[in-house]
Amino acid sequence: MTIRPDPTFYASPKIAMEAPAETLAFTLMLSPDFSQPDGLAVVDVDPKSKTYGQILHSVMMPNTGDEFHHFGWNACSSALSPLTGHAFLERRYLIIPGIRSSRIYVIDVKEPLKAKIHKIIEPEEVFEKTGYSRPHTIHCGPEGIYVSTLGGGGEDGTDGPPGIFIMDCQTFEIIGRYEIERGVQDKHYDFWWNLPRDYMVSSEWALPPQFENGIVPEDLLSNKYGHKIHFWDLRGRKNIQTIDLGENHQMALEIRPAHDPVKQYGFVGVVVDTTNLEGAIFTWWRNDDGTFEAKKTITIAPQPADAEDLPPLLAGFGAVPALVTDIDLSLDDKFLYVSCWGQGEMHQYDVSDPMNPKLAGKVEIGGIVKKTKHPSGKDFGYGPQMVEISRDGKRVFWTNSLYSTWDDQFYPGERGAAMVVAHVQEGGGLELDPDFYVEFPKGYRSHQIRLEGGDCSTDSFCYPSV
Amino acid sequence: MNPIKRDPLWRPNLSDFMTSAAGLWLVVVASGIYHGINPGMGWPLAVSAALFEGQRTALLRALAALGFGHLLAMLGILLPFAVMFVLVEYQREIRIGASCLVIAAGLYLVINRRHPRFLSRVKPSRLALWSFLVAMAHGAGLMLVPIYLGLCVPGGPGPDYGAPVQLMSFNIGIALGVAVLHTAAMILSGGAVAYAVYRILGLKFVSQSWFNLDVVWALSLILVGGIGLWAAL
Repeated sequence: MTIRPDPTFYASPKIAMEAPAETLAFTLMLSPDFSQPDGLAVVDVDPKSKTYGQILHSVMMPNTGDEFHHFGWNACSSALSPLTGHAFLERRYLIIPGIRSSRIYVIDVKEPLKAKIHKIIEPEEVFEKTGYSRPHTIHCGPEGIYVSTLGGGGEDGTDGPPGIFIMDCQTFEIIGRYEIERGVQDKHYDFWWNLPRDYMVSSEWALPPQFENGIVPEDLLSNKYGHKIHFWDLRGRKNIQTIDLGENHQMALEIRPAHDPVKQYGFVGVVVDTTNLEGAIFTWWRNDDGTFEAKKTITIAPQPADAEDLPPLLAGFGAVPALVTDIDLSLDDKFLYVSCWGQGEMHQYDVSDPMNPKLAGKVEIGGIVKKTKHPSGKDFGYGPQMVEISRDGKRVFWTNSLYSTWDDQFYPGERGAAMVVAHVQEGGGLELDPDFYVEFPKGYRSHQIRLEGGDCSTDSFCYPSV
Repeated sequence: MNPIKRDPLWRPNLSDFMTSAAGLWLVVVASGIYHGINPGMGWPLAVSAALFEGQRTALLRALAALGFGHLLAMLGILLPFAVMFVLVEYQREIRIGASCLVIAAGLYLVINRRHPRFLSRVKPSRLALWSFLVAMAHGAGLMLVPIYLGLCVPGGPGPDYGAPVQLMSFNIGIALGVAVLHTAAMILSGGAVAYAVYRILGLKFVSQSWFNLDVVWALSLILVGGIGLWAAL
């Protein structure tokens, strides 16, 4: 506990945007064949530095087979909520779950270049205290750190539905399950909320047997992956409404609410529409009476391709789908970035009018068919995937791996890890920085990025931008 | 029924100021200001309400709710003592017991620095309930008890009353006065900060001005309890 709030806690998104730019990024590295331990890379993202774009320090874990995916901070701007009285936490620890092992690491990054393991929560403790497995998304909420999971109990994670559990934000003890009434929710992926408005939104990917050993084409074509989003009474811990996006909208993944808590809308990305191979973004919103609605506001068409350019999984379709695997919203709620992992494109949409997004910029890099090189001349394996925006909205970072076994199905063969940055032009438009291309150790892939002092998918704000 | 005599054990203590009625009432006001400007007692919620609705009446409504909850918390603690204090022959013991309770609460808060989790289950729309619970959880009402008992003690600043009924109504009257004055000071000071942040200082002030008062708060309880104990012994 400190005497003053952490200087990286911001009352509103607007104040966060005015804060000094990040100089370091934290990027997860995973060993796709589980032969080496997964790790956390500390990357120099200061353009004035001589080591710009290089890994300055790595923390490697003592186990193998964790499969790092998403991670988050122990504390963020939500600590300034006057309701919870946690203003004196430090943004100091990164909580990194292994989605394959269910092990959770707490990494102390107070001195980023000496980052070290602070605590390890073994899988048995997660199973015993929550009945859940395969922890995933991390957010700092009203009662501590909220962790979403992808699996229930049992060996294959199908004994009971997955859900969210809560960890103590100081001791990192697992407190227990979040849900009091889950309603029809039986799959899980991402979640986020509007803290002052007291609601939460969660999404669905799939159950563990549908993803751990690769995508199951029969399940996808019979629309058995997740296609619903759930709305929760956050502090009441109840599911108050479920919206089915339509069973053809397979895999509703990232939930991105407007950062300004005055606004009662947000977005969710859908990987693929099985009727036409389109990628889609839905805008969801809350009505004055507290009910929610959702409407498809962006579609991304599949691109025709020769069967011989496609992996066996897609060869029969003669087209490459966008595969919308990640989306991220700038802190001013103006630009939504959409990863088209299959096509090798990063789209930037102006969502100033959330019901009427407009394509404002686009970068091509990687892709199943196009395989566009980075402007430095280097290959970019796979496609743009986990995307993270700087607080000021001027830099957009991304990596290229989706999930070990899925990478291998869509992009057979080892394609190498990458992390790049694009600069955002005034009023829209994106340009890749030819001088920033992070080289990762051999045999690793790269996944989620967190920026020093917070970014556009970690911090929850309690006061409006004015 | 024997009229209550001035307590022979009662003696001027600390200073004439602290034992004078004016001095004690001033402490009631000062503690109200102390609670009011402490962000942990809720003024940032009034700023938030005004910003959400874009109008200052929302700030006033939020302050009223926070004040109501705080007032109830004060009365919830003071009124039982008002009733108990009718037992004149045990007044000394009650004062000692109350002071020890306040010191114990302070010590507990020094040792246990964790915030109660149940507070985070309260809905943001229920400001009065939140304010009541937060004041109870932090012993905000307890902090007033030794001061209040100082105002009630016979031979102290208060008048001598004979019959228990009169004594009870006197005690309750003082309790109401203490709670209302304290809450008024709290709302005015907290409201002034909230309004200044809303209109002039801006939201950055929320994080800039927020100091960790946990230890100071706990020590305040121990201090007030200590003075009460010293005065009672």
